[in-house]
Amino acid sequence: MNDTSAFIIVIAAILTNNILLTNFLGMCSFIACSGQIRTALGLGTAVTFVMTMTTMLNYVILHFVLIPLGLEHLKFIIFIAVIAGFVQFVEMFVERFSPKLYFALGIFLPLITVNCAILGASLFMEIRKYTFAQSVGFGFGAGVGWAVAIILMAGLRQKMRYSNVPEPFQGVPIAMIVTCVLAMAFMGFAGMVSIQ
Amino acid sequence: MVYLWSVLSFASLSMALAGLLIVSERLLISYGICKLDINAGKKPLELEGGQTLLASLYANEIFIPSACGGKGSCGHCKITVTSGGGPVLPTETPYLSRKEIRSNMRLACQVKVREDIYVRIPEELLDVRMFVSSVESTRELTHDIKEIMLRLNDPAEIEHLPGQYVQVQAPSPDGPVFRAYSISSPAYEPNIVELVIKLIPGGIGSTYLHNLKVGEEVVFTGPYGEFHLSEDPNIEIICVGGGCGMAPMKNIIYTLHDRWPERSCWLFFGCRTTEDIFYLEQFKELEKKHPNFHVLYALSDALDPDEKWDGETGFIHLAVDKHLEAGVPRQAFLCGPPPMIEAVTRALEEKGIKSEDIFYDEF
Repeated sequence: MNDTSAFIIVIAAILTNNILLTNFLGMCSFIACSGQIRTALGLGTAVTFVMTMTTMLNYVILHFVLIPLGLEHLKFIIFIAVIAGFVQFVEMFVERFSPKLYFALGIFLPLITVNCAILGASLFMEIRKYTFAQSVGFGFGAGVGWAVAIILMAGLRQKMRYSNVPEPFQGVPIAMIVTCVLAMAFMGFAGMVSIQ
Repeated sequence: MVYLWSVLSFASLSMALAGLLIVSERLLISYGICKLDINAGKKPLELEGGQTLLASLYANEIFIPSACGGKGSCGHCKITVTSGGGPVLPTETPYLSRKEIRSNMRLACQVKVREDIYVRIPEELLDVRMFVSSVESTRELTHDIKEIMLRLNDPAEIEHLPGQYVQVQAPSPDGPVFRAYSISSPAYEPNIVELVIKLIPGGIGSTYLHNLKVGEEVVFTGPYGEFHLSEDPNIEIICVGGGCGMAPMKNIIYTLHDRWPERSCWLFFGCRTTEDIFYLEQFKELEKKHPNFHVLYALSDALDPDEKWDGETGFIHLAVDKHLEAGVPRQAFLCGPPPMIEAVTRALEEKGIKSEDIFYDEF
């Protein structure tokens, strides 16, 4: 049992234990979709929503189905199935109510399914032995943390379009370097709270 | 025991998820009634949104040519969407050139009807209809080519131009697909549609058609195609074909001589061996009736020692090169494999035919 309060976990997941900048999960869509703040905001919101909901669902399934039946070895496949089904649902929802966002996200919306950060959040929840409230807090915090990171990055990349980047570093290389600098900056929060 | 529980719990979870998705699809994917406007007010339609444009048009009896059944893998269903189609999707870009994207060309099977939508469809496609027919007769022309005669039931007549084609609906495990075949019966016989079909091993359309029996029902849409025979009787018509590229030629030749019995016309037909020859006697008869019609078959493979052949040998473009004189006004129609088309086009251009007067159909 972990006795950190859910609120601390939310703060920690956003700042000190940012899933993207300290665990380097979800890098592919982070690099590919951080060209524009609007797209980044949309994808960040979608990831936050999916992450909160799937962590919650996966907690319920893990603790009320898998552990009582002694089927913890199935957790990977079941977590992935839940995430895939839920992403399909979100896709339909976004397509219906915000076609603009749907087209802006394009192929990346279904790709949330294979965003490792989402599965990572569910697995951290299991490894760190969170309670239900803590899991929801962690899922939400990790999602917000991922969104904050991608929005910061999108802002930086929009600025970078007007800066004089040396030719070999243009595009993804400079994005990786900037991510690295961002991650180091986030290390400044390290002493604030801890959730290991 | 643990295996059983594993399988059971995973299966039930998957089913629960699938059920949830089906229910939410029902509830979420309803866009209400959308307006579909074709050619600026020519044919306004109102329909339930949520379907693809291709399926919506199909439901309203507008048949856009499509071979893959709406999977976005053939790229045939291109139409112009002037507004309401949303941005071009990544599934469409492989089939559209930049110029087509600039002129609002889209794949009808990928565009979803979500709001009022304005499209432009070529006029001749609006005349395309669906026909229900029954097999009147089948005949084996060679070991792998069959002639299938379809009698039209509903509607009973088709109005087509020589060189046009129909799309036959063939059943497949993933639902019906459409395959294009040229009409080989002449245009003055409106009650029948004759097809010449080469069996392609594993092919959905040709296997289906080859296995048809007399009396069975066949559904097709048509006619499609932009080839127009020149109306000037002084223009000589050159037909060059290979394999089942005979179908449009037969239609062109018979239609042509029905209207202009004296019009000059050449048929060059390439075969591999004597086994591949068909319709030769029929055309020899026609040659006797119409002195300005010339038919030449060429065999590209070496003859067996016991075979006799007094026609041309070698590839068909050699015969074209040998028999045609330069400087005659002509229109040419080619149908066959790409290397043949390329070689014949070169031979014809050397004889002074302009490339815009050469029409071809590759397969």
